[in-house]
Amino acid sequence: MKYKAIIGLEVHVELKTNSKMFCSCSADYFGQEPNTHTCPVCLGLPGALPVPNKKAIEWCVKIGMALNCDTPLFSKFDRKNYFYPDLAKGYQISQYDKPFCINGHMTLSNGKKIGIRRVHMEEDTGKLIHETVDGIKVTLIDFNRSGVPLVEIVTEPDFETAEEVKEYLQKLQQIVRYLGVSNADMEKGNMRLEPNISLRKEGQDGLPNYKVEVKNINSFSFVGKAIDYEIKRHEEILESGKTPTQETRGFVEKNSSTVSQRIKEEASDYRYFPEPDIPPIRWADREISKLKSQIPELPDEKLKRFIKDYAVTEYDASILTKAIEMADYFEEAVKIGKSNNLNAKQIANFIINRKQDINNILPAKLIENILEATKTEKVSETELEKIANEVLSKNPQAILDYKNGKENAIMFLIGQVMRQIGKKIDAEQIKAVLTAKLK
Amino acid sequence: MKLNQLTLKQAKEGLRKKEFSSLELTNACLEEIKRLEPKLNSFVTVTEETAIEDAKKADKAIADGVDLPLLGIPLSVKDNFSTKDVRTTASSKVLNEYIPPFDSTVVERLKNAGMVLLGKTNMDAWAHGSSTETSDFGPSKNPWDTKRLTGGSSGGSAGSVAADQTIAAIGSETAGSIRQPASWCGVVGLKPTYGRVSRYGVIAMGSSLDSPGPITKTVEDSAVILEVLAGKDELDATTSPKPVTDYSKQLKRDIKTLRIGISNEYFITGIDKEVEEKVKEAIKKLEEAGAKIENIKLFDPKYAIDVYTIIQRSEVSSNLARYDGIRYGNTREYFGEEAKRRIMFGTYALSSGYYDQYYNKAQQVRTVIIDDFKKAFEKVDVIIAPTSPSLALPVGSTKDTSMFGEIADVLVEPSSIAGLSGINIPVGLSKSGLPIGMQIIAPQFGEEVVLSTAFEFESITKGEDWRRLKPQL
Repeated sequence: MKYKAIIGLEVHVELKTNSKMFCSCSADYFGQEPNTHTCPVCLGLPGALPVPNKKAIEWCVKIGMALNCDTPLFSKFDRKNYFYPDLAKGYQISQYDKPFCINGHMTLSNGKKIGIRRVHMEEDTGKLIHETVDGIKVTLIDFNRSGVPLVEIVTEPDFETAEEVKEYLQKLQQIVRYLGVSNADMEKGNMRLEPNISLRKEGQDGLPNYKVEVKNINSFSFVGKAIDYEIKRHEEILESGKTPTQETRGFVEKNSSTVSQRIKEEASDYRYFPEPDIPPIRWADREISKLKSQIPELPDEKLKRFIKDYAVTEYDASILTKAIEMADYFEEAVKIGKSNNLNAKQIANFIINRKQDINNILPAKLIENILEATKTEKVSETELEKIANEVLSKNPQAILDYKNGKENAIMFLIGQVMRQIGKKIDAEQIKAVLTAKLK
Repeated sequence: MKLNQLTLKQAKEGLRKKEFSSLELTNACLEEIKRLEPKLNSFVTVTEETAIEDAKKADKAIADGVDLPLLGIPLSVKDNFSTKDVRTTASSKVLNEYIPPFDSTVVERLKNAGMVLLGKTNMDAWAHGSSTETSDFGPSKNPWDTKRLTGGSSGGSAGSVAADQTIAAIGSETAGSIRQPASWCGVVGLKPTYGRVSRYGVIAMGSSLDSPGPITKTVEDSAVILEVLAGKDELDATTSPKPVTDYSKQLKRDIKTLRIGISNEYFITGIDKEVEEKVKEAIKKLEEAGAKIENIKLFDPKYAIDVYTIIQRSEVSSNLARYDGIRYGNTREYFGEEAKRRIMFGTYALSSGYYDQYYNKAQQVRTVIIDDFKKAFEKVDVIIAPTSPSLALPVGSTKDTSMFGEIADVLVEPSSIAGLSGINIPVGLSKSGLPIGMQIIAPQFGEEVVLSTAFEFESITKGEDWRRLKPQL
């Protein structure tokens, strides 16, 4: 029997704001001495109160806007109550029924639209460290990460393959980097991925009666592997006439498989209720339009514009627009190149083919380098004539080819002339001389 | 008159004129604390050493000509306000050894204003109650009759003021916790509008309700302290940016322009006869002085009990989750019966499937009650009612009465869930010698009219005999 995979995705993106979500502690926790970036608020000490980080909220909204979401004018924070030792307050401040952004989408290269159900704001938890201290196994808590702003992006179950998921993730990573709101560095856990997978028989409608979540994966390729593994596993179970168990699984790197972590008999009860410590957010229309106006040109649009305005190939354009820094660099170089009679295509070729280090070469310097590399030397008309005659006399076959319509033959002859001269001179000049002679 | 018996205004005056020093004033309070604590149990922690140091510093500052609103004034603060380096327990053994590394905004503002902190006052554990009997450190006793309760949850604060163990005190009210003990102890207790005074550092009870405020010997003293406490706090997102009035300079008003609303629904069945009489007499006195009395109709306050119970316990169940035994020394086994009951109640009310039925419905009714007051305040400037339906009850009254607080606070709960401003002022004593209190309620941010109305009553009854009576201890 044939099956169709139904895949949804939850992605947590850690924002790179200077301060945490609800206090003024530095959010730059990675690699820091444990419990040095803490205060009463992110430690959840009695009486401490959260004050939301305006920038983080704006950035969350911008991510939603970049994913074509609606931004309702009313939003609020809620408490998600659950116990875990790394959760300082015994609840996480998150958003429940009024997230900042809803109903968005992203279009994949195959033309498919992936629905974005919601984009909401929450806080990260602390981190448990399991260690042996003085011969005793202990669990230590580092609260440096507690309260770091997280944006959760939830898709509709619109993916069918691991490839689609990976493309979505790459694009999402590219977008948040374009927005400048997260480093989206997988290795630092800036992006955490949770696919949920189920299978239905081809030709059937509706969602299957089970769903398997794979938690906290930190690489795009692992997500792909986890999905492929799950699809195969579900197929086998379904083929045997059973239904896969609704559960949460973890990815095992060493053999690209997954293992059961927690069986969900029913939905967890987080006892959500509106966070009384933070007044609801009511946006004015002008605030929303202001944020919208701050969204930069996004990768898809930029790619199209580059192809159109700079006459570069789609492949080149995709390399040039992969990172906003590269795109900006290229456009700056094009501007400078213009006054030096260099066209965009030449600049693009140079950057891509010669793998230029854009962090260390200023655009103006790059233009200088291109000019240097293409510099030609002058050679006297008489000398050129003389060498051209010599080359032509030695290559009767090429002349014949050319006269028979093989345009390429002239390129061979130009090359021969150049070699004979031993200097870099303008190919157009040689071509003019040769074609005149071959008429 | 002994120094500890002075009002805040008198104490300030004396310090300014150098009639006595802050050290003498502070020592007078500390001696009274020492003498009366075995009888009253108003304090969980007395900070004698630092109080003496602070008083000496204040004396030096006074000598240097420094002028601050509370410079050298000894105060007692409820034990749910975080105090840097001073144990803060909220009267629960769960926090028996918890020493906060930071000051609550209220305490910080009091310190900046020059206060001398005498100690931390007893309360119902976690502020869960209206008796101070649920304290893990034993009940506080009413200075007017030590066989009776102070009320609560700010019972230690109210008792310490009534017994002249302090010049004034700080309490906090979720629904009644300032006004009700003030009523039972015969002192002034001001409950500011929700959001007028910062909650930062106050161990949370009902986060959408908690309002810190002063408990004092006179209305003017409350005004002075409110000026210090009120105002936007960058650390509390629910504080209002509205400018703070010079409350103490706005106490006198033209009584003839004052419209007082009286609602029969607040003179409930079962109300103590003497309470009813005294409050009605007090209203009469204001009328005779020129105020216009209007009969208004408000919702029966009993509806507020349900709303308050659901919202407050839901918030409690979440607020107490952090005391999970990992970080504060003692485990969850140290929670008392009342806290456990509230955690279970709130957890149930927020559970999936029940949220709409309880929490959501309560919020809807809360809005209806807010609107009810709004309508009333189109016709009147203030509403006057008894604060508590009873006189101070005997020690032991809360036994087996899990809803004791809600019943004792029935008359103050509607205005609390509406986030209004209010005050309790003493209006006299019962034949048995127990204080009777009356509440004045005004719209949100109506502290000015609350205080000026209270001040008016205080002025017109200045010469009455009962005002000269003090608890005999």
